[in-house]
Amino acid sequence: MDVTTDDPKAAEGQHLLQVEDLHVEFRTQYGTVNAVNGISYSLDERETLAILGESGSGKSVSAQAIMGIIDSPPGFITKGALRFRGTDLLGLDESERRSYRGQKIAMIFQDALTALNPVYSVGFQIGEMFRVHRGASRSEAKKKAIELMDRVRIPAAKERVGEYPHQFSGGMRQRVMIAMALSLDPDILIADEPTTALDVTVQAQIMELLSELQGETGMGLILITHDLAVVADVADRVAVMYAGKIVETGSVFEVYENAAHPYTEGLMSSIPRIDQRGRELNPIRGAPPSLMRIPPGCPFHPRCPYARDVCRVDLPPLYEVSASRRSACHFFEEVLANVEGGLTGGR
Amino acid sequence: MGRYTIRRLLQAIPVFFGATFIIFMMVFALPGDPIRALAGERPFSESVQRELRERYNLNDPLPVQYGKYMLALAKLDFGESFNRRRVSDIMKERFPVTIKLALFAFLFEMFLGLIAGVLAGLRRGSFMDNLVLVSTTAVVAIPVFVLGFVAQLVLGVQLRWFPVAGIQSGFYSYLLPAMVLGSLSLVYIARLTRTSLVENLRSDYIRTATAKGLPRTRVVGRHALRNSLIPVVTFLGVDLGALMGGAIITEGIFNIPGIGREIFQAVRSQEGAVVVGIVTALVLIYILANLVVDLLYAVLDPRIRYD
Repeated sequence: MDVTTDDPKAAEGQHLLQVEDLHVEFRTQYGTVNAVNGISYSLDERETLAILGESGSGKSVSAQAIMGIIDSPPGFITKGALRFRGTDLLGLDESERRSYRGQKIAMIFQDALTALNPVYSVGFQIGEMFRVHRGASRSEAKKKAIELMDRVRIPAAKERVGEYPHQFSGGMRQRVMIAMALSLDPDILIADEPTTALDVTVQAQIMELLSELQGETGMGLILITHDLAVVADVADRVAVMYAGKIVETGSVFEVYENAAHPYTEGLMSSIPRIDQRGRELNPIRGAPPSLMRIPPGCPFHPRCPYARDVCRVDLPPLYEVSASRRSACHFFEEVLANVEGGLTGGR
Repeated sequence: MGRYTIRRLLQAIPVFFGATFIIFMMVFALPGDPIRALAGERPFSESVQRELRERYNLNDPLPVQYGKYMLALAKLDFGESFNRRRVSDIMKERFPVTIKLALFAFLFEMFLGLIAGVLAGLRRGSFMDNLVLVSTTAVVAIPVFVLGFVAQLVLGVQLRWFPVAGIQSGFYSYLLPAMVLGSLSLVYIARLTRTSLVENLRSDYIRTATAKGLPRTRVVGRHALRNSLIPVVTFLGVDLGALMGGAIITEGIFNIPGIGREIFQAVRSQEGAVVVGIVTALVLIYILANLVVDLLYAVLDPRIRYD
């Protein structure tokens, strides 16, 4: 086996999912958009990895690359490997690839109203998984759909199985999506901003349901979000993305305790806090770069309060901060020393 | 569903009365005296004129005429033409011809339009897509009478693939006129299907269907197509109504004795009863076609079912 990493688990092919140096670009008529520029991470069973970042940071695109649902053209995976239990998904032909979708790796999306087909009943859409992948009959599929709707705690599942997506509330629709995604017991669930379109109270219920189901099935969960509060509650590890790259990874406790990258630090200190009522909010100055013209050197340098000359020319590698922690900042020690950046750091 | 149908039927009532009244008004507002026009060079005697005016209620004020006409219509009496033919007999003779022509045109435009639209929409920017876009633009740019005469000359007279005119050859004689008649709508259907499919293929639920691991054929056939067909079905229904109204130009070019030609002649000779009778029947067909579309629409899109 090709050992390109010093991670012993990867060498044995034991990681549930291993993303290696993934590059995704979109070739548009206006130019090439470098959406994902060499990200690597791994996911194990029962683990929740949160991928954190602003819109346009490449977090959703990297998830779609794992699912194999990037529209091509214009999207192309130009480099990298996606190993599912050691098998490189990128080396599979389309029909082999398809057998992973829904059965081994499933995905739920941000807006369940548009993500569900408006003209088919929810029972049909859940049951379709069994009909297509398991060859179930119409009535078996319906029975399974009711079971799953019960499992994600949709009240009166038996009566509502024939109803259409628009007849459900936002939270219930997301439960339908979850039921559909989990119908074939996938090993990995990718949740792309699953609670962004929902009320705060419903958000908590959905996240609770997800972690409960994860406890039952032992699946690995990739949670894509820009919501720092959601991450803090459920994630084991965090990967922070900026301009198509991972800039910091670590356990959720470490990262939230004290950021090791200026961008993470900026994210944390931009959260409104109750103990700072009345003071001005503290946003990160500037805007994220266009993915067609990513600045040379460290892509964050134009917005970074720590930036020096070296940052303008020298792209920082992911430095090892501790055994479980990496930061793509030349001055991560300096960032760490600034305790004010942490969510729990006093001010 | 039942209540929806009833409501739509109730809505059709004012449409029916409004449309027929307007037609009635327009025909009777036509300049000139129909009785004099009927007589031609040698005028009828006073008594004959009086008798004819009495017979066709031409002396009554317009609302009374309309009322009398409607009362007769309730007894399925469409009145009669100036040469004493029952309008219902005229329709019985003309409608089957137009229905055949319309049905062939409809099938032609539907199948070819849908196939062209789907092929173009599935691969945007492909050779097929460009072929469909260019050829449909060409068809739109050519007026129907040019297309009709050219088709008749080339395919009928020179190549002898189709009968030149008339309906003596039965089924076969309808093909060429039907293709000419359906060509314009074919363009709309192809373009509508293409645009709608392209749009739907980009939608979130198609991404979901792909993420579910469904085969591409099912993603397109089951998920994208059903949604894409909603606007196409609307157009098809309305167009079927329009085709039933006959095609004055096409029927004229190919000498087909259908409704369109009959109306044209009746308008020219100011045969009020014939015009109003046929148009009333057309209004009914139109309303019915639209109702069917609305019901079909509700079947295709459950979101309108419980409005």
